[in-house]
Amino acid sequence: MSGNGNGNGERAGNGEGVGDGDRAGTGDHPATDGGTAEGSPRTEEGEEDSARFAPADRVESVPPSGIREFFEVAENRDDVISLGVGEPDFTAPWPARSAAIDSLERGRTSYTANRGMLDLRRAIAERVTRYGQSYDPDSEVLVTTGASEAVDLAFRAFVNPGDTVALPTPTYVSYEPGVRFAGGEPLPVHTRHEDDWALTPEALREAGADEADVLVLCYPNNPTGATMDADEMDAVAAFCREHDLLVVADEIYAALTYDGDHQSVATRTGMRERTVVINGFSKAYAMTGLRLGYAMGPKPAIDAMTKVHQYAMLSAPTTAQHAAVAAIERCDDEVERMRREYDRRRRYVVSRLRELGIEVSEPGGAFYAFPRVAEVAPDGDARAFATELLEAEGVAAVPGTAFGTGGEGHIRISYATGLDDLKEAMARLERFLS
Amino acid sequence: MDEATRSLLDALVADARESTADLARQTGLDEAAVEERLAELEESGALRGYTAIVDWDAVDEERVSAVVEVNVELDRETDYDDIARRIAESPAVDSLRLMSGDYDFAVNVSGSSMGDVSRFVSEEVAPLPAVTKTVTHYVMETFKERGIRFTDHDDDDRLSVTP
Repeated sequence: MSGNGNGNGERAGNGEGVGDGDRAGTGDHPATDGGTAEGSPRTEEGEEDSARFAPADRVESVPPSGIREFFEVAENRDDVISLGVGEPDFTAPWPARSAAIDSLERGRTSYTANRGMLDLRRAIAERVTRYGQSYDPDSEVLVTTGASEAVDLAFRAFVNPGDTVALPTPTYVSYEPGVRFAGGEPLPVHTRHEDDWALTPEALREAGADEADVLVLCYPNNPTGATMDADEMDAVAAFCREHDLLVVADEIYAALTYDGDHQSVATRTGMRERTVVINGFSKAYAMTGLRLGYAMGPKPAIDAMTKVHQYAMLSAPTTAQHAAVAAIERCDDEVERMRREYDRRRRYVVSRLRELGIEVSEPGGAFYAFPRVAEVAPDGDARAFATELLEAEGVAAVPGTAFGTGGEGHIRISYATGLDDLKEAMARLERFLS
Repeated sequence: MDEATRSLLDALVADARESTADLARQTGLDEAAVEERLAELEESGALRGYTAIVDWDAVDEERVSAVVEVNVELDRETDYDDIARRIAESPAVDSLRLMSGDYDFAVNVSGSSMGDVSRFVSEEVAPLPAVTKTVTHYVMETFKERGIRFTDHDDDDRLSVTP
């Protein structure tokens, strides 16, 4: 257990008037106490419960997700066109769903190997050769419960307390909390609208990332939609080699790349041995709810992550693994159809935003645009802009600050929604701005 | 076919009423280029028309559709094209395809009554010398037409804001 933070025997955040301040001291665990028909007893003010469950310091130090907060507002309206959804609006391809059903009908409901079904690991290893990646399915691939678990495993496996983890910002909301939960120190590295949100060695140097232990890359990027070209990735790889950085490369949007080929840092000279690549089935195959991802890296890296995984999760869901095999083997056409549809929407959204006088970088991947609204927002505040847009026009776009300080002045627009809704949302945005 | 042309066709298949401006936004072409590309596609016969998909039940319009299987026997003077050309003359024919398998032509027919369809089969198809057999299947209900679903399965149950 961590220290109590205030030195007087009471845990941080429990307010005043709490009796013993000792979580375990009373012995009256809610699940065994009372036994009334109504269930677990609650104190009048709920204070005793909050004292018992005062979070550990590293949990307390993490603020609630900015996305979650905005979600609460959006959810309370029934006329909202949501551009805040980071989830495909397509359904998982039928062959994948059918394989899941078939696995249930055959009673395949047991655990799989900790690392995942060998058939699936082989399929994954074969699939990623299209990105120039080569991994041994026996020892260098780990199937996880969503790419999110893989990210968490990487932090827990490789970040020691006090280690510095460089996080390009703006970026996916879970990295910073994940680093903190692992005891690490996040180091924000600001990427810039002017660079089309690509990460540069200059930005890494300015942020002090040459002293960092780990670098997290997420390209194609959530929330900016940015991709890195070959030269840009070469430059980042050179920086990592020079400063001996371990890299966690979240490539969950790799299959949703529109301009040019996906560039993986792990394919650069000397990078495979210092990189864990993470990918999954949620975005490209529209399988978000099936929660299936994977990590790839040198055997020692995957061994370490597997150790955490086998105690935390045992194995990824079996049904989803069967669906994933079918997804890889039989759903290429569907993936391509979805990619083309996103691409059309991407062009439409970017065109409309620019016609409205809003600056936006051309997103090269994922399904997000990250327009700059500082010039048209009240006091330049993107959060206020997003809130007012939601209140006045019922259009939900996520404030850029939800993705870190690098998102100041921007909002994230997801085009994982139908073109008709996108057209209506853009018409409302135009009305809002006029 | 280049990517812009493919996008243009995808957009039109999804919605043939798209404005030139919206087509330009979706394809990355400018409006003049869209017009030019459309003209080329029409000229070459790649774009054969722009039609609406109507659920006639929704407007209480009596409409009967059928798929007619047609078997034919060719001779030295008559080939599939000759027969197809003749059958396609009828305004009742929505689509006409040469098929592999148990029959030769599949004819999608529509009319305002079963009598219309029957008359088409008995008066315009069956009498053709090459036709040896017809089988008519009346459409009982349409669930999907050219990619558009007629049933309400499009509820978006995703959360309104997610990572």
